[in-house]
Amino acid sequence: MSEPHQDTGTGWPAPTEAPPEMPAAAPPGKAAEKPSAKPAAAQPQEWDVDGPDAATEPEVGEAAAGSPAGRRRVSAAGAAIGLLLVLFGFAFVVQLRSHATDQAQTTARPEDLVRILSDLDARKDRLSQEISQLQTTQQQLAAGSAGRSAALDAAAKRARDLGILAGTLPAQGPGIEVRFLPGSQGLKAAVMLDAVEELRDAGAEALQLDGGDGQSVRVVASSWFVDGPNGALEVDGRTLTGPYLLTAIGDPPTMRTALNIPGGVADTVHNAGGNVIVDQPGTVRVSALHPTGSPRYAQPAS
Amino acid sequence: MFAVLALVVGVGLGAFFEPSVPLALQPYLPIAVVAALDAVFGGIRAKLDGVFDDKQFVVSFVSNVLVAGLIVFLGDKLGVGTQLSTGVVVVLGVRIFGNVAGIRRRLFRA
Repeated sequence: MSEPHQDTGTGWPAPTEAPPEMPAAAPPGKAAEKPSAKPAAAQPQEWDVDGPDAATEPEVGEAAAGSPAGRRRVSAAGAAIGLLLVLFGFAFVVQLRSHATDQAQTTARPEDLVRILSDLDARKDRLSQEISQLQTTQQQLAAGSAGRSAALDAAAKRARDLGILAGTLPAQGPGIEVRFLPGSQGLKAAVMLDAVEELRDAGAEALQLDGGDGQSVRVVASSWFVDGPNGALEVDGRTLTGPYLLTAIGDPPTMRTALNIPGGVADTVHNAGGNVIVDQPGTVRVSALHPTGSPRYAQPAS
Repeated sequence: MFAVLALVVGVGLGAFFEPSVPLALQPYLPIAVVAALDAVFGGIRAKLDGVFDDKQFVVSFVSNVLVAGLIVFLGDKLGVGTQLSTGVVVVLGVRIFGNVAGIRRRLFRA
């Protein structure tokens, strides 16, 4: 029944090796190894030392499931077969998958392929252009980051300095605390203004005025002083009562001297029946803030 | 069975790792797979016919694959790679058909 198919298998013009499934039609090279179509006769001599045992087995395949001797024989040849089959399955799946991925290209017409290729080329050009742009940007940023951070530091320092001068930031440092104990008639606003002016002349950088009622005012360039009712003092819209504490940050000896010059602030207060106590605690703190808004009319000119 | 198990293991490995075929092997792998397919069907048929031979199977498997690859390689060098690949596939396909026909006759007696 299978005879004609064996013939067709060998009937093809160029079978370079023996078809494995046709031992009866094997070419002479194979026939030398296997003189007969019965493999059971030839195999023991070729494969195994325990020939007589295996000779009882009609087939190799059945020997695999047969006696222990057959099992041992399979472990050598069967390993090779198993390895080949593992490789075959592996390659089969790999080929299936790799073919499935590029099937769209293989079935496409040449015009489409040319279009796809030109699209890809254009895309590649765009991407490489983008790469070079980004690299340039990166270099610029890397070069500018040092200068930028330095400029940022300088700007932050300048903002802090200006904030202290404008009264929008708390400050601390060496300075003096001047305690004004007003006389029976209270303290005139002119005297307080004199004291502030003297301290500024003496180099005070930040000033704060605390009233006896707990009100605190940061004294800045635009601060104003007005006599209030009942000997009180109105500063920047707030009413302060005595005794007053004027805190100034600056060079303590200079400021102390400035307040105590003959005919100066201290003398004036003394003449009015009050008293001035200058205290020098070392580091003083100016914590009151001057509320500021954006200027309504003035705009930056630069 | 042992052979089926090995086949399943190979398929599982291929599906699990999903390797990409190296460019140098791309023209040869399909032909090698077809050649191996021929050898496997031949082995099944020989098994059913009761004439299966381990050594012959291994040798024919390896030489099938190698000869198929060699033919494609030569065809590439000679500039007729596509045609020669087609020829190899036709030859192997006819052989596979013959083997499958033998298996069918053996299994279904028809």
